[in-house]
Amino acid sequence: MTSALVIIALVLVIAFWLGMRARRGREMVLEQWSVGGRGFGTLFVFLLMAGEIYTTFTFLGGSGWAYGKGAPAFYILGYGALAYALSYSLLPPVWRYAKAHGLVSQADFFVSKYASEPLGILVSVVSVVALVPYLVLQLKGLGIIVSEASYGRVSPAVAVWVSSVTVVVYVIASGVRGSAWTAVLKDVMILAVVLALGIYLPVHEFGGYRAMFESIARARPGFLVLPSKGMSPSWFISTVALTVLGFYMWPHTFGSAYTAKDENVFRKNAVIMPLYQLVLLFVFFTGFAALAVVPGLRGSDVDLSLLRASKAAFSPWVVGAIGAAGLLTALVPGSMILMSASTILAKNVYAKARPGASEREITRLAKGLVPLVALVAVTFTFRGGDTLVMLLLMGYNFVTQLFPALVLSLPRRPIATRQGAFAGILAGTLTVAYLTVSKATMATLFPSLPSVVTDLNIGIVAMVVNVVVLAAVSVATRGSGIGKRGSGIENRETGTGIHT
Amino acid sequence: MKRYRWLAAVPAIGMLGGVPFANRVEPIVLGLPFLLFWIVLWVLLTSVVMGVVYALDRRSARSLDERAGDPSR
Repeated sequence: MTSALVIIALVLVIAFWLGMRARRGREMVLEQWSVGGRGFGTLFVFLLMAGEIYTTFTFLGGSGWAYGKGAPAFYILGYGALAYALSYSLLPPVWRYAKAHGLVSQADFFVSKYASEPLGILVSVVSVVALVPYLVLQLKGLGIIVSEASYGRVSPAVAVWVSSVTVVVYVIASGVRGSAWTAVLKDVMILAVVLALGIYLPVHEFGGYRAMFESIARARPGFLVLPSKGMSPSWFISTVALTVLGFYMWPHTFGSAYTAKDENVFRKNAVIMPLYQLVLLFVFFTGFAALAVVPGLRGSDVDLSLLRASKAAFSPWVVGAIGAAGLLTALVPGSMILMSASTILAKNVYAKARPGASEREITRLAKGLVPLVALVAVTFTFRGGDTLVMLLLMGYNFVTQLFPALVLSLPRRPIATRQGAFAGILAGTLTVAYLTVSKATMATLFPSLPSVVTDLNIGIVAMVVNVVVLAAVSVATRGSGIGKRGSGIENRETGTGIHT
Repeated sequence: MKRYRWLAAVPAIGMLGGVPFANRVEPIVLGLPFLLFWIVLWVLLTSVVMGVVYALDRRSARSLDERAGDPSR
């Protein structure tokens, strides 16, 4: 056991203690396990949402992309702020409707708005599929942290297993309140670590930021701007746009919108949270400085750059503290994702298929599914090869397919029909699945078009398919008896699920 | 929807619309290559714009309350 691992284990024990303490003396019912009651205030929701949004992806993936790709990594800084601007108009109506109808999950929202149980099941399946690469990303990040902090004594494979078991035990031992307190600890630690690294490394290696960027621009011309082909401005704009639309479509971000005390929380967040994004700058600085400290990492090894640079620059104790912060950035969202996926499968898929199931049975199933979902993610983790950022972009392509149907459901009477919403989501998701498996790009699909088009994020194709199918089917089914639009208020009993 | 709510679209249009023109290293501003500075600037402006929208929302909510409480109407 290295001293770095000792520190990491210590922080893990604290995280468990916080999780257990939060739960003590409480009756665990499903709504509390996943939504935590609706009593969180502004500060707490702020930390909870920040906790979910700052993940291994930004910490290791963000620095890894700055190190490996340069300017394209800046997209990570852009999309968060724009997503908060969108949330200002998007989340208050979602929150009002969810509260009025006692909704717990994201699928409940679609079921209630469109008065369609099958649509809820489809949304559930799509969101679980999207969560898998997101969970793989967290496990991969945890594996990197544990194996790097062991200085080669723990192999990456063993590290992934240890990490996965840890996340599973953590989820079962705590609930959302446990995650929220751990998120507080995580936010403090990650902020301290990222600021320290992002200031110390550039100053120590180059003497300052200007000197660092000038030196990189000299050594690698073009590294600090978007290339004219490939990850060009056209890629950047389309990727940010799609990611903004998908930002609140994740079941756990959508669900965390339910936990707010009142709707003004979202409006205040839209003003404050963009500023929080600037922490990402220091992650980029770390990645760029790592170019000088540990040059030569290639492929998905770029995700190791932050930890490798830390090991080269600091003593094992400091590396332990950095690793511990990293552990929390994977544990908090990892546990949230795992909990979401299991709850969705139990409540929105199983319970719909077996309407007679008791709440206790569903809660037990949700917990039983936690290790199974983790096992699926571990399997994908070992197939490997993709960088952390690529994994997240894949998940985003799936989850963004829910956006058109969601937005069109917000007016009191949904604009799309339930058949249109169903067909659009299905067509968009199948397109993403096909494009992912076939590894198609815009360039392979439309080789004769100019690079402004061929550089577009491939998710645009799926989005266009989604919207066209949604519109066509909605027009075809509108007015006919079967196409009666779902109207939330009249159909409230279908949306309340197990609480009725 | 209130018309000033469209202000919320300004950050997206500004940040993304400007990327093709801001895609350069020089001039380095505040130590940052220009493209990175451009994005940082719009992240800050997002916060400012949303603060303005929020303030306008508060004001229109207050004036609605006053009208509702005014017995002469």
